[in-house]
Amino acid sequence: MRDVGVISFAASGVDRDADHNEVEIIVPVIRQAMADSGLTKPEIGFVCSGSLDYLFGGPFAFVAGVDAVGAVPPIRESHVEMDAAWALYEAWTYIQTGEIDTALIYGFSKGSIGDVHEILTMQTDPYNVLPLWPSATDMAALQARAYLEASGRTERDLAEVAARSQVNAKATPYATRSGDATVDAVLAQPKVADPLRAADVFAGSDGAAVIIIAADDVARRVCKRPAWIRGIEHRIEAHSLGVRDLTRSESTALAGAAAGVADGKVDIAELHAQFSHEELILAEALGLDAAATSINPSGGALAGNCLMAAGLQRFGEAAQRIWSGDADRAVVHATSGPCLQHNLVAVLEGE
Amino acid sequence: MSETFVAEHALEYPGGYTRSVGPVIGRFLTGLRDGRIEGVRARDGRVIVPPTEYDPVTSDEIGGDDGDWVDVGPAGRVVTWSWVANPRVGKHPLDRPFAFALIRLDGADTALLHAVDCGSPDGIVTGARVAPRWRAERVGKITDIECFTVLADGEQPVAATPRHVAADGAGDADGTDEGAVTSMNSAFRLEYRIPAGAATRRYLNGLAEGRIVGGRAPSSTEVYAASRGTDPKTGEPTSIEVEISDAGCVTTYCVVNIPGLSELAPEIPYVSAQILLDGADNMMFGLIRGCPVEDVHMGMRVKAKWADELKPDHRSILHWEPTGEPDAPYEHYKDNL
Amino acid sequence: MGGQLAAVVGVGQTKHRSSRKDVSMAGLVREAAQEALADAGMTWSDIDAVVIGKAPDMFEGIAMPELYLADALGAVGKPMMRVHTAGSVGGSTAIVATKLVTSGVHRRVLTVSYEKQSESNATWGLSVPMPFQAPLVAGAGGFFAPLIRAYMHRSGAPRHIGHLVAVKDRRAALRNPKAHLHIPDIDLKMVEESFMLWDPIRYLDTCPSSDGAMALVIGNEEVADASEGPVAWVHGMAMRSEPTMFAKRDQVNPLAGRACAKDLYTQAGVTNPREDFDCAEVYVPFSWFEPMWLENLGFCAEGDGWKLTEAGATAPDGDIPWNPSGGVLSSNPIGASGMVRFGEVAQQVRHRAGDYQVEMKTGRALGHAYGGGSQFFSMWVVGSDKPTS
Repeated sequence: MRDVGVISFAASGVDRDADHNEVEIIVPVIRQAMADSGLTKPEIGFVCSGSLDYLFGGPFAFVAGVDAVGAVPPIRESHVEMDAAWALYEAWTYIQTGEIDTALIYGFSKGSIGDVHEILTMQTDPYNVLPLWPSATDMAALQARAYLEASGRTERDLAEVAARSQVNAKATPYATRSGDATVDAVLAQPKVADPLRAADVFAGSDGAAVIIIAADDVARRVCKRPAWIRGIEHRIEAHSLGVRDLTRSESTALAGAAAGVADGKVDIAELHAQFSHEELILAEALGLDAAATSINPSGGALAGNCLMAAGLQRFGEAAQRIWSGDADRAVVHATSGPCLQHNLVAVLEGE
Repeated sequence: MSETFVAEHALEYPGGYTRSVGPVIGRFLTGLRDGRIEGVRARDGRVIVPPTEYDPVTSDEIGGDDGDWVDVGPAGRVVTWSWVANPRVGKHPLDRPFAFALIRLDGADTALLHAVDCGSPDGIVTGARVAPRWRAERVGKITDIECFTVLADGEQPVAATPRHVAADGAGDADGTDEGAVTSMNSAFRLEYRIPAGAATRRYLNGLAEGRIVGGRAPSSTEVYAASRGTDPKTGEPTSIEVEISDAGCVTTYCVVNIPGLSELAPEIPYVSAQILLDGADNMMFGLIRGCPVEDVHMGMRVKAKWADELKPDHRSILHWEPTGEPDAPYEHYKDNL
Repeated sequence: MGGQLAAVVGVGQTKHRSSRKDVSMAGLVREAAQEALADAGMTWSDIDAVVIGKAPDMFEGIAMPELYLADALGAVGKPMMRVHTAGSVGGSTAIVATKLVTSGVHRRVLTVSYEKQSESNATWGLSVPMPFQAPLVAGAGGFFAPLIRAYMHRSGAPRHIGHLVAVKDRRAALRNPKAHLHIPDIDLKMVEESFMLWDPIRYLDTCPSSDGAMALVIGNEEVADASEGPVAWVHGMAMRSEPTMFAKRDQVNPLAGRACAKDLYTQAGVTNPREDFDCAEVYVPFSWFEPMWLENLGFCAEGDGWKLTEAGATAPDGDIPWNPSGGVLSSNPIGASGMVRFGEVAQQVRHRAGDYQVEMKTGRALGHAYGGGSQFFSMWVVGSDKPTS
């Protein structure tokens, strides 16, 4: 496998952007990531994006993205109707063929224009689940209870995750929920979907994330300390919640093992936990020890979940801490589908 | 900023989707219509409910012609649950607070998702015995079970009453009275509030003043009418506002003979054209009126016909009309075809 | 082409119909996938990863269907992806799947694309009116018909050329049992007398709306070498995109299509496509796009495409048959149509095309798909023999 590193990252996020269309949201983020990368546009070998038409409110959300990239002369370009973390995976495989050395990946959405919890219901079995309209939060709460009852953890453990997210997010410019939250303050909140409280549920976000990856010498030329992707794997589970063991994330464990998470000390982990309990389930599946690993130092997706970009953002958050030397080895995670159905895990390392 | 530029929008397929369900889901739904719950046995003996055409782990075919079908439930136990304090009226199964639960029906090895009507979170625990509350009017849908209710110790589930078909025949999923369920209707509406965005707002504000406002990126001389915010060649913002003429030429067009393509479409036949405005470098789409359709031709000079009352709306330009000027030479627009 | 070798080792396709009322969505995709697995001599457990593709989710009213379809397609415990690149998606999905093999990441990948258009209505799904965007008042044909007029003006093509393609492809479909449209008595008169929808496009110049699915199993060199049946080696793959509209955009003969073909031919060592290919399956949803794409893909000089069509060069017995399966004009499950093109040329070079098999001389063929406003392109070259370079 070729050495491929994350060399540039930019992201935006506000709770509601009533002023810009999707193109206008993507453009400054791409321009920032390009400017920071030290690469010129003709040097970008491939562009790949992630977006969701149901978040856009109509077909072909990704077409707008092409206008934001600037695509004359024509570009090698593709799109996944998934979180852009999977677009990064696609780009990484393309680089592995040796045909290209660099790729620009972006994801975007404006969660504020619709009801994201209801839009995510559209992911469910259209015959026997969609007619009941369980929201993403309704389903997550089923998993939260199953996990709490099986693990012996408590709502206080969830509140600890939620409060830490908000405190950590104070340093994350595109976070949409941050502050000096405390465990007791979280526990004092009413439940929005018993056993979950508002702070246990992700904060919405309108924005975009952009990552640039590069191989071998190209990465070394433009980046002092690329965040090398040492392993990247993803696995999906059966769809129906009623056939899965919701108390654990088997697909995360499989992807983490294949990506080599256990092969060394993990300094930080950026986990795409959209609900407090998911962070605990994911950490267990990845074998992370909270004493040795800083989990979601950015505040994670609880502090701002720009759907279709938030998984990709995790790569950026981890990479930034490797570039700065704050971390040598990081685990990155992205998720898709109800109750952690589909999970991607990557290991990033400094030189 | 003004909410004038935030519009209500909905995704709603008129009449709802028609989902053909295939033989396995069809048999399950037929059973529900009859007041029974059936599961299907996988090769390893597990009973899958709701049944699928495939084993949910191995993907092997199950439930086919020689499928092993098993009556399950109707009672079962709650595997896990969550509380819905604020039901989504028109979508959620109940309009009062309820629990969603995964329910393992007696005789099943997987759990079914459904609502439990139990008053408050205190009315339900993991492990609780629950049983379906059947609707009288059943159509062959998961919602033929209105919800589940918690059984007291020793309480037996209430069987479904004989199926009641509404007088107008509605209530029958596939329009036949007794045949197997082969399809289901799925009607829903997703609502959005969509902002116009900065560039579009500039353009629409221009229309309200009877002007066509375009944009240009600082590094380029090319002007885009109705820009989405960038020069699509470079991705550079079209930050420089440029006023464009409301006259130009038809570059190419078609004559539409299909009625009803849009609420805004005029009576057939009509002409839909690409128009290159004087001072712009991209194409606009517009209707050509004010002359017989057979007189429309490539290169014809046209001008915007403005509405009497101008608004920040695309419809401020009603259509485009011939100016009577000499045609634009082919050379003028051939690179924009 | 970079990376390791890859080949199509299994192909499966549903019967296409206006409405497959007999199956669920899972049933539809499984029909194609199981046929492809059987063709490859494999079972679900042999597959390393699954890649699916389809056009907008609004067609079926389900978001990100890879989630619901994971266990229907043998993906549990494996990687799964969903590609969406508008009309080119069937082709780009096959390319994404194949790159999972040429990259050395996987050995055997199942890729499936589908559309179940009868669940709603394609015209609605493609043209949901969006606030603040200029209202569409002419439909999909209203977008493409002006480009056809511009082509006719530029090339001097006579008006009957499109109709010739409409007849040719429907006649070809009569030999393809899986094609949606079978019109036994199709002739020029019938096309010329069909309703004029978007002048210059008549009803029979347009594609149908179909339910259908296509599946391919892609194997690496070792898997392909061990395959009992013939395989279709991938000799090149390319994708290109350009914006819908920009200053001085050539909409008739788009730069992205030309750039994509150039890249592809360089990878495959193709210098004269008309001679170097035995046939092509090209995305022609409106009949006139055959002559337009003949030029865009370099099968002739610009302006000469219609002459090849008129001379019968692209007929099944011509020197360069185009769409011997009947093409998009005979079957159009939108999200699958591109992969059907890619799969049909694989069947040709495998000598598995049944009654519509064309004569193999070079043993190579071109698969093509495009989408959006003629702006997204995906293409591949497959051959009977292993690529030599």
